[in-house]
Amino acid sequence: MTLQSEPVIVNVGPQHPSTHGVLRMRVAFDGETVTDAEMIIGYLHRGSEKLAEERTFTQVITLTDRMDYVAAMTNNQAYVLSVEKLAGIEPMPRGVYLRMISAELQRIASHLMAVGFLLQDLGALATPLMYMFREREDILDLFELMCGARITVSYHRPSGVFQDVPDEFWGRLRQFLDGMPAHIDEYERLISGNEIVLSRMRGVGVLDPDVMVNASITGPMLRAGGVDWDLRHRAPYEFYDRVSFDRPIMDESDNYARYLVRVYEMREALKIVEQCVEQIEPGPVRDPDVPFVLRPPVGESYVGIEGPKGELGFYLVSDGGISPYRCKVRPPSLLNLTLLREMVIGLPMADMIVTFGTVDVNMGEVDR
Amino acid sequence: MIGLGLFKGLLVTLIAAIRGPVTVQYPDRKVGLPGAAKDAGLSLPRFLVKRPRDAARAAVGMATVEDLVEQGPRFRGQDFNWYEDRCTGCASCAKFCPLGIIKIVTSSSGKQTAEGEVYDVDVFDIDIGRCMFCGICVEVCPYDALDMGSDFERAQYERQALVIPVDELRRKKNTPSTWFRPQLESAGYDPHAGEELTWDAAGRHEQPSEEQLTERWVDER
Repeated sequence: MTLQSEPVIVNVGPQHPSTHGVLRMRVAFDGETVTDAEMIIGYLHRGSEKLAEERTFTQVITLTDRMDYVAAMTNNQAYVLSVEKLAGIEPMPRGVYLRMISAELQRIASHLMAVGFLLQDLGALATPLMYMFREREDILDLFELMCGARITVSYHRPSGVFQDVPDEFWGRLRQFLDGMPAHIDEYERLISGNEIVLSRMRGVGVLDPDVMVNASITGPMLRAGGVDWDLRHRAPYEFYDRVSFDRPIMDESDNYARYLVRVYEMREALKIVEQCVEQIEPGPVRDPDVPFVLRPPVGESYVGIEGPKGELGFYLVSDGGISPYRCKVRPPSLLNLTLLREMVIGLPMADMIVTFGTVDVNMGEVDR
Repeated sequence: MIGLGLFKGLLVTLIAAIRGPVTVQYPDRKVGLPGAAKDAGLSLPRFLVKRPRDAARAAVGMATVEDLVEQGPRFRGQDFNWYEDRCTGCASCAKFCPLGIIKIVTSSSGKQTAEGEVYDVDVFDIDIGRCMFCGICVEVCPYDALDMGSDFERAQYERQALVIPVDELRRKKNTPSTWFRPQLESAGYDPHAGEELTWDAAGRHEQPSEEQLTERWVDER
């Protein structure tokens, strides 16, 4: 005979250190086991989609910085690609390569944050996170050289990027590319074989691949479930068809697989940056004929890119005016969050937090 | 096999502990007695004799030296640089600012030049409290009269104090950030060194060629 206690409803968040922002989880506990969970979002809603409707196409770039604020470059990239498709702009090759370099560096930075905060959720408070922040700092310094800002970059523009990188950048990038593989090895030595990590994360939070596909989960989470879906490979945008990279696929679909996929993706992102540095040629980074105030023809466009967290898409509708008639974002974080309830039911409280950490959501992107 | 992974992880932390810090103790770094003597430019015995008060402070760990964060030359900072003689008061910056935080009031000065009438800029207020430093105002300025600065320490007690008034822009030493000014970068200009720049060096990131000017101003008329 099993004893059952009366369910206890606990609010985790919105101001809770483990919720990565302002997510509120209303969780029903039976003892320490989660019996039901409800995600309550909207605490960081700023109305970016509505604000975009009264800004010009170039001004909206500054809004996209603030959606997923740990991966501003990829947000810029997705939006700018959508604008280019809408207005029929042909980007400059050097600008495209610079966009790819910045986006892949941003992917590394975002995954570093994901892995670091995952450790934080595991209970390794503050110190292991600083190993990841050390290298993230290098990437942010590179961004500062590139565009003068570290987080809210606003670097990409329709037809390229707003300014070529300084000469100093290439030396610093080379230094970073040479040093980074050793640092990733260091993280793996620190985390991957650790018995506590293994026993806490293996076989926890398992999701069925079919369920994930039906719930339109994308990104590292889906690839950890054995589904080979990477937009950089499936529908190459920019010059991703000119570079070769592996797609890490795991079959376990548990928390540990999701962590490993992120670590492998960092290595692949480094490879892509290496190839971009080899292939990039001097030339203009921006088409001077593209005006600051764009007036795309009447129509609509959707471009989805492989962001660090999954498919990030911008759907734009133009009525021929200077600002988008409608700007709809497909945020990977929001859609990845939808299956969290299925993952955490039956888990203890501590594993619920870890499972939430491996989903890697960013509340700025969920609520926009 | 059990327990080996833990020791591998501990080895990483041990190495990191030996390797020393990578952080910067902004804005001040504590230095001991030798560090304070070095900062004063004296040898340790001389420092002890000549400045006993400072030496006593340093001995109890109260001596600090300034430790600045390294900034890129393109850093988009909080102090704007404005070249009044080049500004025509066209208010492009105010119009294209995504947040609309630039307030410009102009009046007719009565002076006539070949290009047209000259306007006086009476009010040019930039509300830093709402600025997000995207740099679009600098990008759209047709005369390159506005530049980003590199300063970032502008905490204030009142919101009103965050507005940069036109007088402050006039008074300010112009040390523009090299953001959107590639010619400054190729000249090796460092905005943090504090060297003042005139518009001739800072403006016009793309000098129009003689032909372009003829085409634009002569052929079209």
